[in-house]
Amino acid sequence: MSGRTEIRITGFGGQGVVLAGHIIGRACAIHAGRQATMIQSFGPEARGSACSATLVVSDREVLYPYIQRPDIFVVMSGEGYEKYGRELKEEGTLVFEQDLVHPRTVEGQRACGVPSTRIAESLGRTIVQNIVMVGFFAGVTGLVADEAMRDAVRGSVPAGTEDLNLEAFEKGLEYARKSPGESSVSVSEPSLEEVSP
Amino acid sequence: MKADPAGVLTGSHYLDGDFACGEGAMAAGCRFVAGYPITPSTEVVERISRRFPTLGGTFIQMEDELASMAAVVGAAWTGSKTMTVTSGPGFSLMMENIGLAAMMETPCVVVNVQRGGPSTGLPTMVGQGDVMQARWGSHGDYEVIALSPQSPQEAFDLTIDAFNLAEIYRVPVMFLMDECVGHMTEKVVIPEAEAIEIEPRRLTEKSPESFDPYQVEEGQLPEFARAGDGYRFHTTGLTHDEHGYPEMSVECQEVNVSRLVGKIRDNADSIVRFEEEGVEDADVVVVSYGITARVARLAVEEARSQGLKVGFLRLVVIWPFPEKRIRELAGSVGAFVVPEINYGQIALEVERAAAGQAVTWPVHHAGGAVHSPDAITEIIIKAAV
Repeated sequence: MSGRTEIRITGFGGQGVVLAGHIIGRACAIHAGRQATMIQSFGPEARGSACSATLVVSDREVLYPYIQRPDIFVVMSGEGYEKYGRELKEEGTLVFEQDLVHPRTVEGQRACGVPSTRIAESLGRTIVQNIVMVGFFAGVTGLVADEAMRDAVRGSVPAGTEDLNLEAFEKGLEYARKSPGESSVSVSEPSLEEVSP
Repeated sequence: MKADPAGVLTGSHYLDGDFACGEGAMAAGCRFVAGYPITPSTEVVERISRRFPTLGGTFIQMEDELASMAAVVGAAWTGSKTMTVTSGPGFSLMMENIGLAAMMETPCVVVNVQRGGPSTGLPTMVGQGDVMQARWGSHGDYEVIALSPQSPQEAFDLTIDAFNLAEIYRVPVMFLMDECVGHMTEKVVIPEAEAIEIEPRRLTEKSPESFDPYQVEEGQLPEFARAGDGYRFHTTGLTHDEHGYPEMSVECQEVNVSRLVGKIRDNADSIVRFEEEGVEDADVVVVSYGITARVARLAVEEARSQGLKVGFLRLVVIWPFPEKRIRELAGSVGAFVVPEINYGQIALEVERAAAGQAVTWPVHHAGGAVHSPDAITEIIIKAAV
């Protein structure tokens, strides 16, 4: 199973967890020539509380569609962190909503925090928090080219909301450039003013 | 004929297997769907009900699965390409009218996105336990065709094939997806409409006066007339003569049943479809289908890396079963290993077809998850000894 990148994205229902996973998967599979298999959680957990999507990204056919231990864990709620935080690989990357998730330091793991909800609020629409997170994810992981991610955002969001969502994506990306995360959780945080319009 | 471009969403998409199945149905010309939505199949009809209004199609959310299957049979007799969509519990409720569809020789497609059972079982989790039910779940003797996709791309491609086979053989075709493939999102490439071959309904050219709905002149199939075109005819689930009227006789029963069975068995060589790789000099051949076929390939790779000679055979069409090929292989291999998410259904078919020439090792899984590749590798190693 080498050459695989396993990703889990989690948050609470309504944060756009599945759409975030869909955009990342689409960027890889449609716009970057890679293989990407997404599975979203179904059942009671997908109806209000912790919601989760997993992705396997690979350069060869994905035969085993489920993740075992993620290389990248994107988390947008404290509950999601409690539920899945321990799965992250020892050398994995944690990408988190820093106002909602307060992770423990794990040696060897890279931790990248972003105030995605506040950034979305500064754009006037909290609902694009997940897209800010997708932009930040693109910046800190470099999983696929930024342009592939932009194409995936454009093609996945409701018609008429492309500009707002692309702006949210750019804000997240910009934040990642300024604060790309560290191999401990004490993240130096640029002020919101630096990334505001 | 070529597909109607209106129903074909040409392009590269990122779709789950359920959506891809819905797109396949629309590309195949399906314009009537009746169903009682059930997890994990609901997204198929979600997709269809959203897109049908732009295609002039009709989706009816029925009161239950019995009525859903009845509506599908009725609408098919107007010439429409019809489908219903369900999962295990609903599949059980459809059995009576699936038998009716078989007896009346009604082309239609029944999608079953399998979840763990029996009964209501595991609504949101994977199973492959409906394989034997798909074949003979309704009472009496008949044959059907069943296909099993291993990816969203195949959910699209094989749904089109399912509709075409339903037309060619005038049978209900079972589309046996599983929850994992249904809820998995991957790249799906939908070609141009002109690259998609569609089997049209073969309508009689006879006049209404000279038409009999079950008269067979050439081959094994009667001609078809659409209700509403001025052909007055009768059809029934009772054993019927060539006029479509009940006739309770041993001779008529023989004509009916031998045709229902024979039109599939006699054409099995053209209907069976499987993919095989590395079987020629193999000691062990792994036989699998659906999502389990993907996981099993990892086990095959692992076993080969340990120096074992392992072949792989994936069933694309499950029914009819490729018994000739299994029997041939049984002459040269030592064993078959059959992982499936049930307690041994296709494994029994493999064992039957191998007819004692090779040993069959099932790899059971009760459902709720796919096999761990290691569990399959372990059995391959045992089988190779």
